[in-house]
Amino acid sequence: MTTTDTSRTPDREDARRALAAGAAPRRFGSWYIAEHRIRAMKGYAGDAIFQSVGNPLIYLFALGVGLASLVPQGVGGVSYLQFVAPALMASAAMTVTANETSYPILLGFKWNPIFFGMNASPITGAQIVNGMFIHIALRTVVTVAIYCGVIALFGAITSPLGWLAILAAAATGLAIGAAISSYTSTIQEDRGQMAMLQRFGITPLFLFSGTFFPLEQLPPFLQPIGWISPLWHGTELGRVLTYGMEEPAWLTATHVGYLVTLFAIGLWATRRHFTRRLDK
Amino acid sequence: MPQPVITARNLTKKYGDFTAVDGIDFEVAPGESFGLLGPNGAGKSTTMRMVGAVSTRTAGDLEILGLDPNDHGPDIRSQLGVVPQQDNLDQELRVRDNLLVYGRYFGLPRSVIAERADALLEFAQLADRTKAKVDDLSGGMKRRLTIARALINEPRILLLDEPTTGLDPQARHILWDRLFRLKEQGTTLVLTTHYMDEAEQLCDRLVVVDKGRIMAEGSPAALIREYSSREVLEVRFGSDKNAEAAEKLKGIGERLEVLPDRILVYSANGEAELERITHLGLEPITSLVRRSSLEDVFLRLTGRSLIE
Repeated sequence: MTTTDTSRTPDREDARRALAAGAAPRRFGSWYIAEHRIRAMKGYAGDAIFQSVGNPLIYLFALGVGLASLVPQGVGGVSYLQFVAPALMASAAMTVTANETSYPILLGFKWNPIFFGMNASPITGAQIVNGMFIHIALRTVVTVAIYCGVIALFGAITSPLGWLAILAAAATGLAIGAAISSYTSTIQEDRGQMAMLQRFGITPLFLFSGTFFPLEQLPPFLQPIGWISPLWHGTELGRVLTYGMEEPAWLTATHVGYLVTLFAIGLWATRRHFTRRLDK
Repeated sequence: MPQPVITARNLTKKYGDFTAVDGIDFEVAPGESFGLLGPNGAGKSTTMRMVGAVSTRTAGDLEILGLDPNDHGPDIRSQLGVVPQQDNLDQELRVRDNLLVYGRYFGLPRSVIAERADALLEFAQLADRTKAKVDDLSGGMKRRLTIARALINEPRILLLDEPTTGLDPQARHILWDRLFRLKEQGTTLVLTTHYMDEAEQLCDRLVVVDKGRIMAEGSPAALIREYSSREVLEVRFGSDKNAEAAEKLKGIGERLEVLPDRILVYSANGEAELERITHLGLEPITSLVRRSSLEDVFLRLTGRSLIE
């Protein structure tokens, strides 16, 4: 066995070169991952655009025109279309983020383990998560912006602050996505957890978050579902922004705080799970 | 003497009660081609992940390019090329795009990456498949693309974990040829393998590992010289008669190794030993004289075969 060279100094040339080369990825690694994910969209761009434009048209037509005719008196002083539109925006955001944070994470760890490939480069686990969420945020904002545009065409946005509903809906999606990814990043074996998540998570949220009718219509014992539902908070926030629904300021602040907190915790936990799982 | 690019001292990795790597020491010099030879589960891949600065060691010291991976993971990884055991190319991207996105991870400018990508696809003999889907490539092509990807940052050290496992003989030879060229260009290669012929072809120096420990270290030729004879005579008497025949063969050759299906007679002159066996009145069903290989070294050191 060769002997150790004790004269070595920490500032040897190849170490300096490594530190210099590592600087850019340390700073911008998250953006490199986002770039990768956007490039990978080429494969499904057509589907994504069709979904982004097609879904709002179908939903708004069915609910805003069809179902609305059964509710001629509207809800809380506005037309049914106005009432339901912010909820549809927030739900659309949730659909995008739920998709992006479920199978793609299992895929990246297991079936096509690209996360390990990324981590073999200077990219860290936390940067992979950040980059994924930058991409998800962009996709979500584009989706809900298109939704918002279609809603405006239907004449359902009356407040000048209406466009802020895009941010409210996107924040809703991201909060839910971060919560989902904090769970999916721990899944080692696919035993149908994704279907369970859809059935017992996403669908009930969609139905019982004051989406199609005010939360107060539910029996009192079911109303807490709404209070803990990020979709309810996001939808209510959207209603405040699109048509100036009246509610106490503290409640509006609670909506914002709840979504931001959920996102922050979800992101923190996801980054932690990624870091641990990649270090095996 | 140039400073080693990798220095491991008492390097240890435990998973709960299980010790995957049990206090190993080694150094790799710049430009050297260094191999870890051992059976599956010997701790080679775990060692590679620690050297690749993605797996935190449990104990011991490790320096890559003079830096501790615990503090400088991303910096060290900026200087490495990694070819993992399991391909992890992005199947949603096409062949060339895999190189383009990977180059970005190192913060390289797009123009530099594009230039290198084309040269590397040429090197990997994939220039006519740039727009192909990764899924449509053969196993050998995927490996070559993974190697091309690992070279996009012009790494100081290329880590290859079982680079030819699962490939057919022709694909292996193409890959060896490519790796040999890299070696000639002065790239430091660190590879794990359980194929002795691969180790003999590619490694200047290697360590034989078993159960997380280093059993021996040296060049392939030196290891064979030290732990085996020049030639090996393999004789088969039929599986139920081997043990019985082995009794009678005692004293023949320098050493005998009785395997379930055959007996190995270690000797400087295999033909002479075969003659002695026939003089004893024993008639093997088949006999074969060959040169000693690393397989024999491993058998000698561990009492087990590399591929079981």
